[in-house]
Amino acid sequence: MMTILEHYHYLVFAVILMTGFYAVMAKLNLVKKLIGLSLFQAAVFLLYISMGKVEGGTAPIFSDLIDVELYSNPLPQVLILTAIVVGISTTALGLGIIVRIKEAYGSIEEHEIQELDRK
Amino acid sequence: MSAWQAHLPVLQVIVPMLTAPLIILLRDRRLCWAATTLASLCSLAIAVALCIEVVSSHRVGYEMGSWPAPWGIELGVDAFSALLLLVVNGASALVLTGAFSSLDRDIDNERQPLFYAAWLLALAGLNGILVTADAFNIFVFMEISALASYIIVSAGPDRRVLPAVFKYLIMGTVGATFYLIGVGLIYLMTGTLNLADIELRIYEVADQRPIMVAAGFITIGLALKAAVFPLHQWLPNAYTFAPNAVTVFLAACATKVSLYILLRFNFYVFQPNLADHDIQFAYFLLPLSLLGILVASTVAMFEPSLKRLLAWSSVAQIGYITLGASLISIAGVTASLLHMFNHALAKAALFLAVACLGMSLRRLRLEDIGGVAKQMPWTMAAFVLAGLSLIGVPGTAGFVSKWYLITAVLESGAWGAALVAVIVVSSLMAVVYIWRVVEAAYFGNSEGEAAIGEAPLPLLFATWVAVALNFYFGLEASLPTGLAETAALILMGHLP
Repeated sequence: MMTILEHYHYLVFAVILMTGFYAVMAKLNLVKKLIGLSLFQAAVFLLYISMGKVEGGTAPIFSDLIDVELYSNPLPQVLILTAIVVGISTTALGLGIIVRIKEAYGSIEEHEIQELDRK
Repeated sequence: MSAWQAHLPVLQVIVPMLTAPLIILLRDRRLCWAATTLASLCSLAIAVALCIEVVSSHRVGYEMGSWPAPWGIELGVDAFSALLLLVVNGASALVLTGAFSSLDRDIDNERQPLFYAAWLLALAGLNGILVTADAFNIFVFMEISALASYIIVSAGPDRRVLPAVFKYLIMGTVGATFYLIGVGLIYLMTGTLNLADIELRIYEVADQRPIMVAAGFITIGLALKAAVFPLHQWLPNAYTFAPNAVTVFLAACATKVSLYILLRFNFYVFQPNLADHDIQFAYFLLPLSLLGILVASTVAMFEPSLKRLLAWSSVAQIGYITLGASLISIAGVTASLLHMFNHALAKAALFLAVACLGMSLRRLRLEDIGGVAKQMPWTMAAFVLAGLSLIGVPGTAGFVSKWYLITAVLESGAWGAALVAVIVVSSLMAVVYIWRVVEAAYFGNSEGEAAIGEAPLPLLFATWVAVALNFYFGLEASLPTGLAETAALILMGHLP
C-alpha cells in the first residue's frame, strides 16, 4: 500500500492517460475527440516531468554562492518542451481539419458524417 | 574524405528541411515545383553517396555539434538505414519529377507553394528518422513527417479526404504517443536515449516490469503507425482520397519507415537483452501477419475502387514484411527488408499508373475504367507489368523477395509448409485482384465518360522508369540483397 502512495504521480499519469484515451475512442464529436487526444498527450508530459524530479534536489544551476550537492534532472523537461510543441501543432492541425469538415459537411459529429458519405 | 562529405548524414535532413520555407517565398507554382524537385533530387544524390560510403565503410557516424555520443545526439547510417534512404528519396524524386501535371490538377493554385513545402518537410522527417541514432530524436522526426503527411494527404480534391485525414491524425498521434511513453519508461530505467547506449545499459534492468511495458508500448505504437493488421484502419481511406501523386509517395515510404523503427528497436535493443523477447515478438507478429495477408487480400479481391484495392493490397504486403521479421532468422529478416525495397518499387509503379489514369478519368472505380486500355495503351501496359512484379512473377523484383521469403519460411521448421501455403494462396489472390483491373481496362465497356487520351509525357516517363526498375532489380538484385543481408546481420547481432 505504501509503495502505491509513494508513487502517486504514476497513478495520476495513468488516470489522465486513460481518460484521454477513452474520450478519443468513445466520443463521436470530433472536437471532443481532439480534447481527449490533448489530455492523452498531456499525461505523457506529466510522466516525463515527474521522473526528472530528484527528492531534495534543486534546480540544476551551478553556482559558487550556494553549496548544493543534489540536482534534479533537467533533461526530461527539455524533452517535454519539444513534445509540447508537437502536441500544440497536432491540436492546431486537427482543429484546422475540423473547420474544413464543418465547411464541407455542415457537421462535426462522426456518425452524421458517415451518414452523409453513405449517400 | 573531403570536409563536406563528412556532413552527409546531417545534410540528408537539412537540405529538404531548409528548402521548405524558401519554397513558400517563391510563390509561382511552377517555380515551387522546380525547386522542390531539385531539392528532392539533391537529397537522392546524398542518399546514393551515403549508400556508397556504407558499402565500403560499414557505418557512417556523425556527432551533432561535435558532442560525443551518449551526451550529444548521434546520427548513424548503416546498411538498414541506407536501404530505406534509397527507397524514400528515390520515391520522392521520381514522383516529383513526373507528377507536376497530376498535382496541378488536384490542388488549387494558391495552395501549391504550401503543399510543396509540406512535402519537403515530410521528406525531411522521414530522412531524419532513418539517419538518427537517438530514441527521442526519432519521435520528433516521426511527428514532423506525420504532421506534414496529414497536410499533403488533406490536399485531395474529394471532401471525403477530410474525415480520412482526421482518422489518420488521431491514430497516428496515438501511435506516436505510445512510442513516447515507451521511450520515457526506458529513459526512466536506463538514463539514456542513445540507441547504442540503451542497448548496453538495458541489460541490467531487463527483467524489470517498466522495461517490458516499454517494449509493449513501443511495439504496439509503431505497429499502429506501420498499419500492421488489425491496426490498419486509417490506411485505406487515407490512400484512396489523397492526391494521386501523394498516394505514390506515401504508399512507397510512410509505413516502411515506421516498420524500420519497429524492427530497429525490437531487434537491436530488446532482442539481445530481454529474456524470451524473441518468442513473444514472434507470437505477437506471426498470427497478425498471416491474418493481415489473407484478410486484406480477400478484401482487395472484392473492392470496387481502384485506389482502395491497391491500398488493401498494401496492408497485405505489410503482412509479408512482418512475416519475414517474425521468423527471427537471418534469412527471414533479409527477406523482410528486401520486400520493403521491392514492394516500394512495385507499389510506386502501380500507383503512378493510377495517377496516369487519374489524368483523363475523374472517377477511378473499376466500372469507370472500362476499355480504357484502348485510349491509354502505355499506361495500362505499365500497370500490367508492375502488377506482375506485385504478384511475384520470375524476372521481376517482387519474385526475388518472395523467393527469399519462401526459402526463409521453409527453413523455419514444422510450420514452414503451412506458411508457404499462405504465401502461395495470397499470391494467387494478388493475381485475382490485379486481373480484375486488367479485365476491366482491356475487355470492359465504359459506362461513363471515355478517357481523352494518353497521360502527359513526364508522368508516363516516371511510371515507365519505375516499371523498368522493377525489372532491373528483378534481374540484377545484388544492390538491395547485399544491403538487406548486411542489415539483417546487424539486426540479428552478428555485426556491430
